Amino acid sequence: MARRGGQQTLRGTPLRDADLRSGRISLERWEPNLAYRWDAGVAIGRFLEGLQEGKILGVRCHRCQRTVTPPRAFCEVCFKPMDEWVELRDTGTVNTFSICYVTWDLQRLVVPQVPAVIEIDGTSPRVGFLHLIGGLRARSVEGIRKQVRVGRRVRAVWRPAAERTGAITDILHFKPV
Amino acid sequence: MGLREKITDTRRLRAWSGTIPVAFQYTAGVAGERFFSTLRARGRFAVTRCPECGTTYLPPRLYCRQDFTDLSDRWDEVAPRGTVHSFTVVHRDLAGQPLSSPRLIGFVQIDGTDGGLLVPLGMKPSAVRIGQEVQAVLRPARTRRGTIEDILHFR
Amino acid sequence: MPRRIRRRVAVVGAGMSLFMRRALETGKELSYYAASAALDSAGVRRQDVQAVVMATAPDAFDGIHMKGEYLSDGAGGWRKPYLRAYVGGGSGVFSIISGWSMVASGLFDIVLVVAEEKMSPTQPHPQAAFINIFDHTIERPLGPNLLWIFALEQTRYMHTYGIRNEDIALVSVKNKHNALGHPAAQLGADLTVKEVLASEVVAWPVHRLMVSPVSDGAAAIVLASEDVAKRISPRPVWVEGVGWSLDTSYWGNRDLAYPRYVEDAARMAYEMAGITEPRKQIDVVEPYDPFAYKELHHLEGLLLADRGKAPEDLANGRFDRDGELPSSPSGGLLGVGNPIAAAGLMKICELFWQLRGEAGPRQVPNNPKRGLAQAWGDLMQIGTVAILGV
Repeated sequence: MARRGGQQTLRGTPLRDADLRSGRISLERWEPNLAYRWDAGVAIGRFLEGLQEGKILGVRCHRCQRTVTPPRAFCEVCFKPMDEWVELRDTGTVNTFSICYVTWDLQRLVVPQVPAVIEIDGTSPRVGFLHLIGGLRARSVEGIRKQVRVGRRVRAVWRPAAERTGAITDILHFKPV
Repeated sequence: MGLREKITDTRRLRAWSGTIPVAFQYTAGVAGERFFSTLRARGRFAVTRCPECGTTYLPPRLYCRQDFTDLSDRWDEVAPRGTVHSFTVVHRDLAGQPLSSPRLIGFVQIDGTDGGLLVPLGMKPSAVRIGQEVQAVLRPARTRRGTIEDILHFR
Repeated sequence: MPRRIRRRVAVVGAGMSLFMRRALETGKELSYYAASAALDSAGVRRQDVQAVVMATAPDAFDGIHMKGEYLSDGAGGWRKPYLRAYVGGGSGVFSIISGWSMVASGLFDIVLVVAEEKMSPTQPHPQAAFINIFDHTIERPLGPNLLWIFALEQTRYMHTYGIRNEDIALVSVKNKHNALGHPAAQLGADLTVKEVLASEVVAWPVHRLMVSPVSDGAAAIVLASEDVAKRISPRPVWVEGVGWSLDTSYWGNRDLAYPRYVEDAARMAYEMAGITEPRKQIDVVEPYDPFAYKELHHLEGLLLADRGKAPEDLANGRFDRDGELPSSPSGGLLGVGNPIAAAGLMKICELFWQLRGEAGPRQVPNNPKRGLAQAWGDLMQIGTVAILGV
């Protein structure tokens, strides 16, 4: 039987926190052990080597003439292998940033994280990658916004060479210059 | 040149290790909740039955998979008894390590229903037969928590 | 290349469950609520359904491997041709695109389309599953938070066009208010811009009341071929255009101020629907609003507002329910809730009811004839669009 109208009775049994704590609802908990070892791949493998050497590497496609980072083995626009490695500078421009006061599991942070998309010098326009801005004195939104702006120039702050392992964290953060 | 190069020095092969740090807390659902509360309170199996096709669901479902009838008001109860439909003997754990003693697991078709349960079997592996009549051994009523572990085993 | 669409397809029924922070129901039961309500509203029985499409986002939310198959019997899919569609948040609108193609091609006459999400099992928070969308090697070691993606996009959008947070907060005000009229709504409320901005900063410029909630819920529609639709439905709602487009997963290598993947999807749908002037020819729009700024971002990508100008149009009342182009009259994700895949199909259900004059307290005036629903997902990559008309 067809029932007209968008005003149906909608079904669902919402549970509140108190219901879960009461012990009256059957709950089953499971913690899977999800561990991974991801192969870096040809391109990121070399990128990580570069980081260990204190360099930021990019790649270039001769057909579309883009220089991009993070590096990739093939150009996704031209669908052909990338043609050359490029050593980029370790300075760049802030494309965008945020000031984050919560962790992924919603714990409150006293000292915020300042993630940013940074356009590294030597790459094509609007090519950026994710990292953190650090070395800031302020902790408040107002204070940080005085030091960090879209368009601000930044420079990588590297771990000491002996401590680098070939990881994105070989760059501790980028600092406004 | 470029990325057509081959890597011949295996020390250059890199991998990144990490985890996915997730846990789950499952509700039993509307039908499941009634199944577990019936098991806990009375030591019996709650089932639902479709008035159109007569299928008796165990574990109980809120709907008939065939006729899509709403079974919210179609409950019944059966005794926790049935026959062994199939079984296996497990010798290793999830990591592939030998168990201290082998575990006998069976699929028991429950009498009066069209379904069954995957359960531990409480006899020696050499004594189990397909078609064997078995019944549930439950935890004492006061220690039941309303989960599948309220069933210790069938024998 | 001209497209040869074999035949017309209509939506002939729609249904939903409640959207809830945490449901007792399993995903199967939620699917059943929505699917049975949709079949009921169409006057169609499960026996008549020839195929089922299920849109549901990652298995990692429900914590069930092969979740699509697990849900199938609750979605009416037992012993039927069954297809699971998954493009992250874009899934809800991708579901109708998948179902449409199965009917338009002539393969089936009646297809049931269901979208479900149960996010509450994920502990401590669905982000535990979501966080893996960041690159495992060069992004996760930075300790990211999913909020970063949206906050970074919002900052770039605001900077590029000189938009203020007050302009964006107005979307939360509009949508949560609209949701007061929606029976499934999780977070309908009457708020002011001041109250939205007084909520704590989670990741500046994003405040808590600008973020849609984690939800459990399901939605469903019934699709029919033209012959069947005309026979069984007093008022079929025709699928006039569909479009979808996927951009790059190198999300930092894109212009974050403009969702070009939404424009690509919209152009495909407009062309199919024969729409040359969207701002005049679309009467009601349901853009995807997981965060307040995204509705504005998407309205621009849909070519329904000039770049950078959607906030101004919003402030002028253009997108109110009684405005020139009502936007998210349902209350959107911000107001109704965001069970990832089901949210997009909720927007399609809304268009179904709006175009038939059945949206009750949410009804937009002046007999809307054509509506557009859009969803978006993955790492800011996919646009999915569907245009419906009567």
